[in-house]
Amino acid sequence: MRRSLRAVLLGVLGVALVAALWDLYKAFGPEDGVLVGERTLVLPRATDLAMPHTWEMVQRLFEPATGLPGAPTALGAVVDAAGFTLGIAARGWLVGVTVGLLLALLMTRFKTAESGLLPWVVLSQTVPLIAIAPLVRRWGAQVEIGSFSWENEHSVALIAAYLAFFPVSIGALRGLKSPARTHLELMHAYGVGWWRTLLTLRLPASVPFLLPALRLAAASAVIGSVVAEVSIGLRGGIGRMVVEYAQSAGGDPAKAWAPIFGAVAVGLVAAGAVGLLTLALKPFRLTETS
Amino acid sequence: MTPASTAAIEVTGVDRIFRRRRDEVVALRDVSVSVAAGEFVSLIGPSGCGKSTLLRLVADLDTPTAGSISVFGKTPRQARRDQDYGIAFQQAGLLPWRTVASNIELPLKLHGVGSAERRARSDELLELVGLEDFGKHHPDQLSGGMQQRVAIARALAESPRLLLMDEPFGALDEITRERMQNELVRICRDTGAAVLFVTHSIPEAVFLSDRVVVMSPRPGRIVDIVTAGGAGLGSSHERTDEVRDAAEFFHTVAAVREHLHGSPVAGVRGVESR
Repeated sequence: MRRSLRAVLLGVLGVALVAALWDLYKAFGPEDGVLVGERTLVLPRATDLAMPHTWEMVQRLFEPATGLPGAPTALGAVVDAAGFTLGIAARGWLVGVTVGLLLALLMTRFKTAESGLLPWVVLSQTVPLIAIAPLVRRWGAQVEIGSFSWENEHSVALIAAYLAFFPVSIGALRGLKSPARTHLELMHAYGVGWWRTLLTLRLPASVPFLLPALRLAAASAVIGSVVAEVSIGLRGGIGRMVVEYAQSAGGDPAKAWAPIFGAVAVGLVAAGAVGLLTLALKPFRLTETS
Repeated sequence: MTPASTAAIEVTGVDRIFRRRRDEVVALRDVSVSVAAGEFVSLIGPSGCGKSTLLRLVADLDTPTAGSISVFGKTPRQARRDQDYGIAFQQAGLLPWRTVASNIELPLKLHGVGSAERRARSDELLELVGLEDFGKHHPDQLSGGMQQRVAIARALAESPRLLLMDEPFGALDEITRERMQNELVRICRDTGAAVLFVTHSIPEAVFLSDRVVVMSPRPGRIVDIVTAGGAGLGSSHERTDEVRDAAEFFHTVAAVREHLHGSPVAGVRGVESR
């Protein structure tokens, strides 16, 4: 209990420290930033436009998002958008984790699958997101099965999944292959088949490798959702909001920061959710002893 | 043949040749040996003499290139499927996420034994290896010697008539090792199981065994089989710490060493015992 309190206090202290640094620099930093030579800016400008006061950013959250009558506060708009993006990221994460696990199982089961698939898995992550986003949207537009029609948000979730599956497949593959030869031979001596060995030995042994992979996948899914929202042009999420609010930064510099905080919050919530999963799998985190 | 007279292990004319591309490594050449029911037989020799390979062949973790092996009159594969043997390796190989008791129960669980019966059996075995108070601990809370005792208890879980042990005490310190040897003698007496025991320690082999199979490398073959019984030693079930000081013990150690070195070692009758 005391340790968790300490952790919370340290976390708050960390945020406060960043805020304090920000405003200190703003108070004492040169207006035009620090230039090396003619054009290379090494420290930012400290104008109100470039660096609004931290309290202004917070204050702006509680003011109406737009000038229209009856508009929600910026905070309300950001929370809505963050929830929307989080939902898409969560779907992407689930699909990505499922696909990643299945690929890892396939690669563990068949040596040929590993040598055939692994290069493609690695290669898949070198394709720039911006390049595949419009393709996914175009392909998706042709999908129509019964009453189900492909929406843009499905495309975004798919791209989130495309980023999320990678760490899971690599981590799970390493984990599933981690049992020592002694353990595998023991299973063989017990006359146990591949599936029983998977359940009794390989899956539990993979947990210490899987947990960081799931966490990475959550971060990837969030980033994938935010970026894909922008490149696909999906409204309603944080990604699009970052772009929209940035456009009004000229007259309302603090406003542009609201969706950025929202994106950070989405990332934190996603990481926290995976953290809960970690607690549930704690018994399997014991490392190898012999 | 009645089951009682069937040898626990019967190895006849076994070759094992490993082929890697163009290389051929003869791990075993024309090996024949048998282990009677309830008998304790050690395999000893320098590394590369194929002693572990021979044990793996008996356990059906590998197949011979030529020759035949039978375990209780069956093929090794059938014996493995029937769980006729228990096995222990140099690494204890306990599953770290399972408690000590559920590690011991693992083979029983995998073969569909009910939980009440499993519990009873693991309690019995924990007592046998002297770890009554550690059933709920996890392996990482135990010392190396204790982990190895758990591994032996696990090997005994299904009351096998044959134990295969591949240097089970190899990673332990000398003091723990001697204590474990004493316990193994007692366990074998209590269970009446035959044992095939791989080791590279001469005194360990002599202390534990009825017969010591001396092997030599390149190609792996049997040099001689030394009987480690007789007046001062008794059968493998009767050994106590006093045996370690008996003259007969040193004679047998010297005899095994002579075979290992290929020529008589002059005047060795001393206390040097490794």
